[in-house]
Amino acid sequence: MILYFHNARLIDPEAGEDRLGSLTLEGGRITALDGDCPAGAEVIDCAGKCLAPGIVDMGVQVGEPGAQHKESLRSAGLAAAKGGVTTLVLRPDTDPAIDTPEVLEYVTRRAMARTPVNIRAMAALTRGREGREMAEISFLLDAGAVAFTDGARVVRDTKVLGRCMSYAKGLGALIIGHPQDPGLSEGACATSGKFASLRGLPAVSPMAERMGLDRDMGLVEMTGVRYHADQITSARSLPALERAKRNGLQVTAGISIHHLTLNEFDVGDYRTFFKFTPPLRSEDDRRAMVQAVADGLIDVICSMHSPQDEESKRLPFEEAAAGAVGLETLLPAAMRLYHSEGLSLPQIWRALALNPARLLGLPCGRLAVDAPADLVLFDPDAPFVLDRFALMSKSKNTPFDGARMQGRVLATYVAGACVHTQEKADA
Amino acid sequence: MSFTKDHLLGIEPLSPTEITTLLDLSEAYVALNRSSEKHGTALAGMTQINMFFEASTRTQASFELAGKRLGADVMNMSMAQSSLKKGETLIDTALTLNAMHPDLLVVRHGSSGAVNLLAEKVNCAVLNAGDGKHEHPTQALLDALTIRRKKGRLHRLCVAICGDIAHSRVARSNLILLGKMENRVRLVGPPTLMPKGVEEFGVEVFDDMRAGLEGADVVMMLRLQRERMDGGFVPSEREYFHRYGLDAEKLAYAKEDAIVMHPGPMNRGVEIDGAIADDINRSVIQEQVEMGVAVRMAAMDLLARNLRRKRERARLREAAAHG
Repeated sequence: MILYFHNARLIDPEAGEDRLGSLTLEGGRITALDGDCPAGAEVIDCAGKCLAPGIVDMGVQVGEPGAQHKESLRSAGLAAAKGGVTTLVLRPDTDPAIDTPEVLEYVTRRAMARTPVNIRAMAALTRGREGREMAEISFLLDAGAVAFTDGARVVRDTKVLGRCMSYAKGLGALIIGHPQDPGLSEGACATSGKFASLRGLPAVSPMAERMGLDRDMGLVEMTGVRYHADQITSARSLPALERAKRNGLQVTAGISIHHLTLNEFDVGDYRTFFKFTPPLRSEDDRRAMVQAVADGLIDVICSMHSPQDEESKRLPFEEAAAGAVGLETLLPAAMRLYHSEGLSLPQIWRALALNPARLLGLPCGRLAVDAPADLVLFDPDAPFVLDRFALMSKSKNTPFDGARMQGRVLATYVAGACVHTQEKADA
Repeated sequence: MSFTKDHLLGIEPLSPTEITTLLDLSEAYVALNRSSEKHGTALAGMTQINMFFEASTRTQASFELAGKRLGADVMNMSMAQSSLKKGETLIDTALTLNAMHPDLLVVRHGSSGAVNLLAEKVNCAVLNAGDGKHEHPTQALLDALTIRRKKGRLHRLCVAICGDIAHSRVARSNLILLGKMENRVRLVGPPTLMPKGVEEFGVEVFDDMRAGLEGADVVMMLRLQRERMDGGFVPSEREYFHRYGLDAEKLAYAKEDAIVMHPGPMNRGVEIDGAIADDINRSVIQEQVEMGVAVRMAAMDLLARNLRRKRERARLREAAAHG
């Protein structure tokens, strides 16, 4: 089948362009930009709406295996399609962890049968994510692991992490770290400062993130491994990150959309849907992070999708589980950066699609001839009020419940096939 | 109406007028408590449940007595050894109790914000008797009443709060209340026991106790838990007493007529010298306990009035809807 997108506002993060044009796709690939309409093509009039590469969401937690009641591969896939996410990159913090080729194969095989979008999986860096023994990095690479991480659990033992990095370097594997000093951040559920003190919440200084990053940068310098920091959320970490990049280390960094759009005060009266790891930061930090994304110092924006059921959240703040679902709110929340913070759509898409795809060695994330036809058609201005019970995710723990948002996905295409359209979803 | 709240979850939501209203009513209950006929009827017919998820003797006794003197049926539940051990969640426990139609729920819990969470799920008046490191509003109110009676006013006073500020809900409620009433608040203690962001609180912070007490009208001592003195936050008990224990020598830096307060229970010889605690000219510690009952009576009285009014309005609305 040939599709011809006509009158589209093309968002090309590679060229940094945001322009009107047309796009042709055939056989799951983009075959032409601004070409003539081929004979027999189905013509889609985009009416000036945006057509961008589908989002590559790096770091999605799905409860399969272990917590299917919170999120299954199927429900996550539907949520992704609705949210314009065309590639889900799974986190290995499942139960059991994705730390053997067998578990990895199980997950990817089930995912292929159940989800309309592309699925890639990251694998645990250490067995059981316990920070003691290396996982079978080579076997896992062969089985398709795109990166290695213990998720939000920091490998405490520097010697263990150093060895993992040396070994991974030999194989060219990407390691994803969670920069955080584990001693300082233990038990903390807020960022230290006036707000946390008045709320009486155990808190951690943002300096703990810098210290974790400094340690990891030292190890990266020793081993030369490719390293990605899952979330850099504090202005204090930026000079260290900038220095590492300037010195030629193969280092990149990500941030969750929540840390770019919310701050510590959103916790308000102990609202547990605003509990995150790391905790939400000050407004100064948030703004510095937005600037770092604009400057390209922070490379990747992700949802850090973390489904939690009501029981895990309806608890006193300290005891409640951290994290929020984000697959369906990633795009509209990112539109806040466009509407309120002055970022351009190509800048945003560089962090949502191009950079994560490059980092993981995926061919998608671009609007180029021969690139996979993973696309999202969206209206960046369409306003709506988010109702958490309308989410496709099994878990409804979103901090954006009741929020006024702008930006709706009109249609999502994976390998040229339409996997979601707004009309069908609304019908 | 100058007291409009449905719950007493903290000092933070209260306005200065509401604080004054509450203290004024407390005065009447001080008089009642000193008479031989100690019975009021403000809570007659009402049920008060005291849910203490953390062990407490003094606060629980004070709330129990306050409720009984106002004619409520009072039930005490020591949650420390009950259903939570069986895995029931806080919300389920609250809903179970709510089904028994209590009118007043007095709650102490070890987690900050737990009482706020509970208040969202029940339809009676909730009083916070201490939640984690967050607030302990009735303690701050009884301290305020004690100060007002001793000093004749509750504004433009210099109050030094000394000791473990970081872990103290009493300190938080007190510094919020004293700030709202326009007093000069000083926090005195080692940096390890100061909350983060304290420089933004609008208070003065002192590491040196003598400087902190200089010219103070009120010296408020806090309890230091023994497990925090074994090298974790301060090196030892004796070093702490040497630097931050209140003795006659340090107290001499405060004003001559300065009063000494302590929320209890005291560690004599750790944060306060026994002789100071017993000095009837300086120490108002016994009076604080007395004010505690009166303040809790006033708080429950005001909340019960609002509860009755709210129920009456709901009844009228329903009658109008059906009529």
